[in-house]
Amino acid sequence: MASGNLFQYVLSIGDDALITAQRLSEWAYRAPFLEEDIALSNISLDMFGRANLFLEYAASLKGNDTTADDLAFKRNEREFTNKLLCEQPNGNFADTMIRQFFLDTFNKLFLIKLIDSNDDQLSAISQKAIKETNYHIRHSSKWVIRLGNGTAESHAKVQLAIDNLWMFTEELFEMNENDIQMKQQKVGVDCTALKPQWDIIINDIFLEARVKMPQDLYMTTGGRHGLHTEHLGHLLSDMQYLQRAYPDAKW
Amino acid sequence: MSSNNETSFQKKIDAEIKIEPKDWMPDKYRRHLIRQISQHAHSEVIGMQPEGNWITRAPSLRAKMVLIAKVQDEAGHGLYLYSATETLGITRSELIEQLQTGKAKYSSIFNYPTLSWADIGVIGWLVDGAAIVNQQSLRKTSYGPYSRAMIRICKEESFHQRQGYEIISKMANGTSEQQEMAQDALNRWWWPSLMMFGPHDSDSAHTSNAMKWKIKRESNDYLRQLFVDRTVKQADLIGLSIPDSDLNWNAKTKHYEFGEINWDEFWEVINGNGFCNKERIKNHINAHIEGEWVREAAIACANKNKDGIKA
Amino acid sequence: MSKATLQVWEVFIQPKTGAHFQHMGSVHAADKEMALQNARELYTRRQEGTCIWVVRSENIVSSKPEDNDSFFDPADDKIYRYPTFFKVSKKVKDL
Repeated sequence: MASGNLFQYVLSIGDDALITAQRLSEWAYRAPFLEEDIALSNISLDMFGRANLFLEYAASLKGNDTTADDLAFKRNEREFTNKLLCEQPNGNFADTMIRQFFLDTFNKLFLIKLIDSNDDQLSAISQKAIKETNYHIRHSSKWVIRLGNGTAESHAKVQLAIDNLWMFTEELFEMNENDIQMKQQKVGVDCTALKPQWDIIINDIFLEARVKMPQDLYMTTGGRHGLHTEHLGHLLSDMQYLQRAYPDAKW
Repeated sequence: MSSNNETSFQKKIDAEIKIEPKDWMPDKYRRHLIRQISQHAHSEVIGMQPEGNWITRAPSLRAKMVLIAKVQDEAGHGLYLYSATETLGITRSELIEQLQTGKAKYSSIFNYPTLSWADIGVIGWLVDGAAIVNQQSLRKTSYGPYSRAMIRICKEESFHQRQGYEIISKMANGTSEQQEMAQDALNRWWWPSLMMFGPHDSDSAHTSNAMKWKIKRESNDYLRQLFVDRTVKQADLIGLSIPDSDLNWNAKTKHYEFGEINWDEFWEVINGNGFCNKERIKNHINAHIEGEWVREAAIACANKNKDGIKA
Repeated sequence: MSKATLQVWEVFIQPKTGAHFQHMGSVHAADKEMALQNARELYTRRQEGTCIWVVRSENIVSSKPEDNDSFFDPADDKIYRYPTFFKVSKKVKDL
């Protein structure tokens, strides 16, 4: 059995967290009220902390004095392997809450399994992360309900968000060759097996939120191969600007 | 009788007994507090903007996390202070309206733009530094909820200044481009930081009542001098120069003498003509308007279920 | 001028297990769950609590300062409520 590429596996999970965190951080001083500003930035901080742990681990696997910052700030668009849902723009508050709800539900199921990984580092990071994610899913799912079952306007916005973001959800459960090898080594998670439970949770909340599955069930993919939507380039040019503009500087 | 009330009230103040929300207080005291505490709150909230401006571009993961935490603290401080103001019989909606219509002011320092990453360092170092000097003395202010909020804020504040100084020290010891960026930022933010302490006490309309009622514990000029004395030494340590040709150590008084502030600029900015005044308020208004449908939805949902969503 | 206003909730935090709850201030929220979460965000970022209570401000009942005389002073002269009022011989243990 060929041994999987642990570095790539850890890096990808780190990318998911990093890009999600970066999107959430864009809400600073723009949230619907101050308390929510603090809530969103807390979730962003949790995700940056998690990204940092995964990226530090990946950096140590790469060696050559690579740091987490090197991985975050010096790779280009085609080298990022986050799933496409993470990089979708914040849009309005409903768009963000639906994106987060889909991701939080997946993360919860994923992390519960990753805790059992043979890899001690991955297991340890997951044990910390699952506590945060339990809180994140409380936050996003309650908001989906409030907005779905709120006013006609909020309901329409949530439904539109679901219709727009649904096409990025199948990718969450895909397994490429490396994922399969990692799973066989009992290091990685079988993402495909998570889908039925994810469907149940999503459906339960949709019911309470009075919203529906979209009509159009088209799906897209590509993140793990560095084939991104056009949004990622802009996110990176903003995020990486200082390190790219001053390559010799230490910050 | 009102004069009996006034006498007992002043006796409490003089005896350092805290005034609490349900206590009798002169109308002028109440109004002064509403103005002062809410303007402090508005400053924290508006202050999120110049710093929030660099969150997505922070040059390392650590710097980014620290900056997010700092901006988050500012939102929190705004909330502690709005909460304290609401105990005086005014609602958050009214306070927001006062801010957005220009009826209430906020600290003029936040009307300056953050042009480079070095500005983020300088804000933490100078602006938070000045705020700390101001705020330490407010922990002993006479109004209970304000005093308690200030104690909490001061505990959280010291990490802010250290964050800023760390950023600017690294740059001052970095590449020549970084050093230039650091000095440039200091040049632009030094005088506005001194203006944070307000006009000379002789020129301030509010000082005498504020001191009598122990809302304010120290004079503007006293606090400004304290700040200058501390900060010049910190700049020296990292090889940055203060942009003031009149700056001079007086060995007799053991204080730094410094140049006169450009009071025209100060009053222009306070009165709404600073570089970013309109933009800061516009951003605040936009976020508030865009959030209206969200707040409405949350309330509508809560009304549909008697107690809202199960906790 | 916005019409949608959230409600004010008072927040009480228990700093550690077994300790008394302390009033910390208030938060705005539309429902119980939001009030709890907002209280957690605002008042426990630095791990300052093991339990949170939130109560709608309008449900708090408070004594009034003008009643302080009749409410609190009568306790002033009932010094037999304090253990030091009683003289007990040093030979008596556990009292």
